[in-house]
Amino acid sequence: MDTNCPQYGLLHPSRRMFLASAGAFVAWASLPRHAYAGTRDPRFITIILRGAMDGLAVVPPIGDPDYATLRGELAIGAPGQEQTLALDGFFGLNNAMPGLHAMYQAGEALIVHAAATPYRDRSHFDGQDVLESGMPGAKLSASGWMNRVAEAIPVGEGVRPVTGLAATPTVPLILRGAAPTLTWTPPELRPASSDTRDRLLDLYTHQDPAMAKVLLAGIETDRLAGGSDPMRTGKGIAAAFEQIATGSARLLVEEDGPRIAALSYDGWDTHSQEGAESGRLAGLLAALDGALGAIKETMAPVWGDTVIAVVTEFGRTAKANGTDGTDHGTATTAFLLGGAVKGGRVVADWPGLKDNQLFEARDLAPTIDLRAVLKGVLRDHLGLSETVLATTVFPDSIGVRPVDGLVV
Amino acid sequence: MTISSATTAFSRFGLGPRQGDLVGLSDPRAALLAELNDEAAGQVVGSELSDSPTLYKSVRLIQAARRKARQESAQSADTMPMDGTSTGAGSVETTTGLSIQQIAQVEGKARLRAVKRADIGFVERLVAFWTNHFAVEAGANQVVRVLAGAFEREAIRPHVLGRFGAMALAATQHPAMLTYLNNAVSVGPESQLGERQVRGLNENHARELMELHTLGVDGGYTQADVTSLAKVLTGWSIGAQPRQVDSYGQFLFRRQAHEPGPQTVLGTVYRQPGLAQGEAVLADLAANRATALHIATKFARHFVSDAPDPALIDRLATVFVQSDGDLKALAISLVTADSAWSAPASKLRTPQEFVWSAVRALDLDLPPRRVMAMLRDLGQPLWDPPSPAGFPDDAATWLAPDAMTNRLDAAELMAAQAQGPDDPREFAQAVLGDAMSADTATAIQRAESRAQGLALMLMSPEFQRR
Repeated sequence: MDTNCPQYGLLHPSRRMFLASAGAFVAWASLPRHAYAGTRDPRFITIILRGAMDGLAVVPPIGDPDYATLRGELAIGAPGQEQTLALDGFFGLNNAMPGLHAMYQAGEALIVHAAATPYRDRSHFDGQDVLESGMPGAKLSASGWMNRVAEAIPVGEGVRPVTGLAATPTVPLILRGAAPTLTWTPPELRPASSDTRDRLLDLYTHQDPAMAKVLLAGIETDRLAGGSDPMRTGKGIAAAFEQIATGSARLLVEEDGPRIAALSYDGWDTHSQEGAESGRLAGLLAALDGALGAIKETMAPVWGDTVIAVVTEFGRTAKANGTDGTDHGTATTAFLLGGAVKGGRVVADWPGLKDNQLFEARDLAPTIDLRAVLKGVLRDHLGLSETVLATTVFPDSIGVRPVDGLVV
Repeated sequence: MTISSATTAFSRFGLGPRQGDLVGLSDPRAALLAELNDEAAGQVVGSELSDSPTLYKSVRLIQAARRKARQESAQSADTMPMDGTSTGAGSVETTTGLSIQQIAQVEGKARLRAVKRADIGFVERLVAFWTNHFAVEAGANQVVRVLAGAFEREAIRPHVLGRFGAMALAATQHPAMLTYLNNAVSVGPESQLGERQVRGLNENHARELMELHTLGVDGGYTQADVTSLAKVLTGWSIGAQPRQVDSYGQFLFRRQAHEPGPQTVLGTVYRQPGLAQGEAVLADLAANRATALHIATKFARHFVSDAPDPALIDRLATVFVQSDGDLKALAISLVTADSAWSAPASKLRTPQEFVWSAVRALDLDLPPRRVMAMLRDLGQPLWDPPSPAGFPDDAATWLAPDAMTNRLDAAELMAAQAQGPDDPREFAQAVLGDAMSADTATAIQRAESRAQGLALMLMSPEFQRR
């Protein structure tokens, strides 16, 4: 990814080109306001890091005696190396994420380690399917858990019907389902004339209702997002990440805007030349850090009501492979951040890094079910019942208890 | 059979009709079968196109020149290029005389030419299907970007109506794939190079070879099989020594990187020495029943329906097995199946299919770089999918609000430049034929301009659905 960035400057980059190049999109569905009893108007964002982020390189367990030996060349923050950003003494944070570190120190960011979805094989595509569908296995559902969250929110008196919004050329699985989801990315092609749009909408309405629905949604979202800034150019992946983040955040702040959103960033599949300190991974983390900062800044008025979950489909091998990278693994890290997060700590039941402590003698072993973390947030932040969470949102997960005390 | 209509032939199996194409097609099914026997179909020729070794040399020379220029400019800040472009091919003596961007455009232009020239475009659709199946990602790095078009010309097109096993071998050994999935740098731990701990194993290519290219994710392999196959494939690399002209920029088996000894994959022990071991595993993977089912399902989903008739999948899988992976037999089996024609047009043309069809329908003469930029804006840049799984081709992916408004924007841009009849009604009759609904005809008739009428035609459900 980093090798391509210089080329962007030679072309005529468009917003969408950045999005496509970063392989990223944003999607969100709205939640009826006041649906959750109380004075809060909660916002919830999931950021998916596609490609499997190496948790051991992002939040290195520098206090684990086996860490430096196990990781070898890939180790960062180990004795004798440049220090990483301090967390709790046992864990450090990759130096590429000073923004997240500041939020951690302010008690607004929490790190989960050695976490995994129930998926235990190593296919990206099945792993993302499980992460997004919320099912115990791959390809068990055509709908995503965030869509089911939108559906499960009780619609009370005076609450407008659920409509959705999404900022992507396509709907990701996590938001697919019965609750309506729109997609949006900032207009780059010359917009079609409104007259042609109206005529086409009329044609679709008569002939193909499914196409009418999505076209109407597209027109509506372009109108809603009309106030977006002119595009920023030339900053490669960091600009792309930030653009997606800022655009989404701006809509989430709106009084009548969406309340839940899913963003995703590609490029975390670091099989070779991983570069946790100054290379590819460090660049991705810096871009992510910038995007998280942009969200916080844009959402400042509602930051206290916001929770952001940053997740990835699985982790990577504990040891380096033969090409200074890591192959597909199992457990990894996740972040929770936002003004509503009870942060400033690392939540982990550390499994250790000795050979017999690794999963299948190769990966960081999972000790926390990612669903337990998400369930804790959804229960305490969005007010969903444990029954709904265990049967509808994450089916067959009764045995997975929500983690308590994640939200202020 | 009345079930096979000319419009279905063009939309479901082809690249859409050009002006006049529909009238001449009396027996659509026979015409599709005839295209499979046309030796010119699926061929891309052009004196401006170079082979992989030449392109590989070019990109390495360009990279070396850039490195040198960077070093020099670091020494003397005064001479630093202001726009960052002056170190491109213009000042470098390369084997092609083209910059990286120019190479990509030359390849795109050749593809565009093939699209416009095709009769119905069935073979071009097959090429696109297989290129997407063995996906390489131009954005991965400069080597893949430069080789992506050549990959299609060298590994896919020659085998598109040949044997699956031969295509799989050609794709696996192509420098673009070996670079993209890191196998070129994978080294067996017990090999000569591994013993010196220069490098080690990288299982990326081995996993995708089983998960995506052959068996499918549910194809019954384990982590141990992935690791074994990765060892089997060690040494499958690219000649990187410019002085060794016979191998530079081509597939090269590096014995000193190859893991010695027998390996067990899917329960079979492979004792062959060297390159023969991988060839044997690959042949067995290509012939595996799971591969047949994986390919048949994907094939039916791509051409016919996101939820294809199980009997159609079974028919295709059986042909695949019985013909020993004969891809022409597979294509024949598809178009001779009645259910492949009778299924309703529930899929949406992908952005590439949409643009190709529009270019043909409107006889557009757009600069290749504009077409390629449009494909990028629509979310399906040429040879640059988001992952080794290629682009999705289901309606749920592309039938999304932003994708639709983008398409409409693109349709208006293209409609404004259409060549052909002045009357948009006449135009639409020639493109949509008897599939045109009364509503669409009315909408086009009432359009305020030719361009608006043609934009509505391009966006009509009859044009978008297939």
